[in-house]
Amino acid sequence: MSQRVSLFVTCLVDQLFPEVGLAMAEVLERLGYETEFREAQTCCGQPAFNSGFVAEARGVARHFLNVFDGAEVIVVPSGSCCSMIRHHFAGLFHKDASSKQATENLAARVYEFSEFLVEVAGIEDVGATFPATATYHDSCHALRDLKLKEQPRRLLRNVRQLELREMELAEECCGFGGTFSVKFEDISADMLDSKIEAILRTGADTVVSIDPSCLMQIRGGLSRRRLPVQTKHLAEILASA
Amino acid sequence: MSSSFHERIDVALRDLTLQSSIQSATARFAEGRRDQVEEPTFGEYQQLRTAANQIKRHTLDNLDYYLEQVETKVVEHGGEVIWCYDGDSAVKAILRIAREHGVSLAVKSKSMTSEEVGLNEALEKEGVEPVETDLGEFIMQLSGERPYHIVAPALHKTRAQIAKLFSEKLGIAYDEEPTRLTMAARRVLRDKFQRAEMGISGANFVVAESGAVVLVENEGNIRLTTSLPRVHVALAGIEKIIPRAGDLAVFLKLLGRSASGQRLTSYTSFLSGSRRDGEISGPEKFYLLLLDNGRSRILADHEKRQTLYCIRCGACSNICPVYRRIGGHAYPGAYSGPIGAILTPQFQGAGHEPELPFASSLCGACAEVCPVKIDIPRMLLALRREVKKAETRDRPFHWEKVGFRVWSWVMQRPKLFEQLGFFAQAVLPSSGRGEWLGSLPGPLKAWTGSRDFPPLAPRSFRQLWRARRPRAATLERESVARSEQTTSRSDSAGRRHA
Repeated sequence: MSQRVSLFVTCLVDQLFPEVGLAMAEVLERLGYETEFREAQTCCGQPAFNSGFVAEARGVARHFLNVFDGAEVIVVPSGSCCSMIRHHFAGLFHKDASSKQATENLAARVYEFSEFLVEVAGIEDVGATFPATATYHDSCHALRDLKLKEQPRRLLRNVRQLELREMELAEECCGFGGTFSVKFEDISADMLDSKIEAILRTGADTVVSIDPSCLMQIRGGLSRRRLPVQTKHLAEILASA
Repeated sequence: MSSSFHERIDVALRDLTLQSSIQSATARFAEGRRDQVEEPTFGEYQQLRTAANQIKRHTLDNLDYYLEQVETKVVEHGGEVIWCYDGDSAVKAILRIAREHGVSLAVKSKSMTSEEVGLNEALEKEGVEPVETDLGEFIMQLSGERPYHIVAPALHKTRAQIAKLFSEKLGIAYDEEPTRLTMAARRVLRDKFQRAEMGISGANFVVAESGAVVLVENEGNIRLTTSLPRVHVALAGIEKIIPRAGDLAVFLKLLGRSASGQRLTSYTSFLSGSRRDGEISGPEKFYLLLLDNGRSRILADHEKRQTLYCIRCGACSNICPVYRRIGGHAYPGAYSGPIGAILTPQFQGAGHEPELPFASSLCGACAEVCPVKIDIPRMLLALRREVKKAETRDRPFHWEKVGFRVWSWVMQRPKLFEQLGFFAQAVLPSSGRGEWLGSLPGPLKAWTGSRDFPPLAPRSFRQLWRARRPRAATLERESVARSEQTTSRSDSAGRRHA
């Protein structure tokens, strides 16, 4: 089973959270996959797309298509970026038949990390050990666009020494929303307050998610309040033996 | 509305009484809905949503046919259909009807469409007293406010605020007891019902095959509004049409559950035409006003046409983390919440509040609860594109456009992207110990107002990857170089052959 998996680590992970990308590679390699990292990769184009700048997003999306041309399977440590590729790339190329075709071929081979493990590899226990009381935050695009609710939870429940506690309103947005977080800073911050209160009520010492951008928002708030709760991407939990 | 969108948001966020009123009322509605749609009926509920979506799509794709069918049937039943191009023509038609029938007092049942066209103000100006008979709308009319929510107009009011309002405006003793407050409103309204010459309603559905206007309610005021006065005027957007009465088996189940967590509302009325010979109740004259007011423009837009599927249940507002914080009055226009955020810009066209489609984290909770499956986030994205297109037309130095252009250019040049990472590493403030940053300049200042920001990683993923697997990375580079060589060789070979 030496299938080759191409990693799309996303711009955020590349520049801010490289440990997440490394953890993802390690988990996949431990499961017997051969990993590759195509160095020309950058971003999926979502920041421009969500801000209303389609031409700018299209350029980046086309670059993505070129970089990942011929990749068998692409795994992404972000529900949001995965959703962008799967659900919005095709619309960017509606006037360009060849790119549209390339997108459709590609979209079927792009998976969010937990989705790949559970749905494609058929693995729910990666043999990880992580001593923590953890709570899982559903990122909106993973939950609603990719329908990933149980997959990450099943993986977490099989981690040794990890107790999973559900928070109230786990499915409610953390308030990140890309440029929304700065364009409507007050609303975003208020949403973050509610999320942090829900996290604290669980008594968990660790918040887990499958989207680095949610974790950036949540950790930003925890750090500002000097709260002793750590944030972890699912890959980091699963990589620890 | 003299204040700006951001100012209105600010006002709502600072008002803690308001915050708790909105949060608790919307949570109650959202929980009521959830109780009705969860297991064991979840599967059936999802089938109903799909059916509703398909019926709406079919009807709107064939709206010309169904509109004519409605007109034929209403006329057959002795009613009159008036086609209204815009809000102004609807208002004028109602004023004309009021004059013809010597109306000085009109009772109204709750109608967002009448809010959309600004009917009450116009009636007052012409000397016709409009009286809102839905309890929530009655409260809003007394306090001089517009509806806060498309289903629950007075959602934001506390019992104490209503008691104070009633004692001031109705001249009764201050009393917070809900039943007695309701009875006070009822006494005022009974008198109005008895004296009104005209009843004005909206329409939840208009059935094409019979011409019947279908109205749902819990208070019974719609029955009185539409049957006691001599004249009944129903104002309906052209998107309210459904082909057959049988389709209500889908829509009535969805509307009650989604709006108020009820399997069915207390009253459902089917009204077709005016009073016929031998009937003991009903109006002498019945008018159906079919309103366009921008709807045919939305209909012509293939991507955003689904906006017109809306049945005004308000479920999207109840679940929306933004509506639940900024409330109904922060939104420009009559319609609030996620549906308002996509409806108002399309109704108002070019002059709409450009920030509105951006006031969303695109979390998608609205689309998940929408009973007719409107993809609201996708509509917001389409509106964002239109706003930016309009803003940047004739403005080559639009800062955001320039910013994203540069960004896009860099993102297509991986080497440059990496080098800029090094550069940022060198110039950005850093705590040096991997701690998160408490204040940043420029556009990120808005971030650090309430949150810390992560420092750039000392080494990016691609650097770490190279260090981790020197061999693999070298192989990758070699293979890239090889494929480039192959390409150039086959090019020159091709030229030689030619």
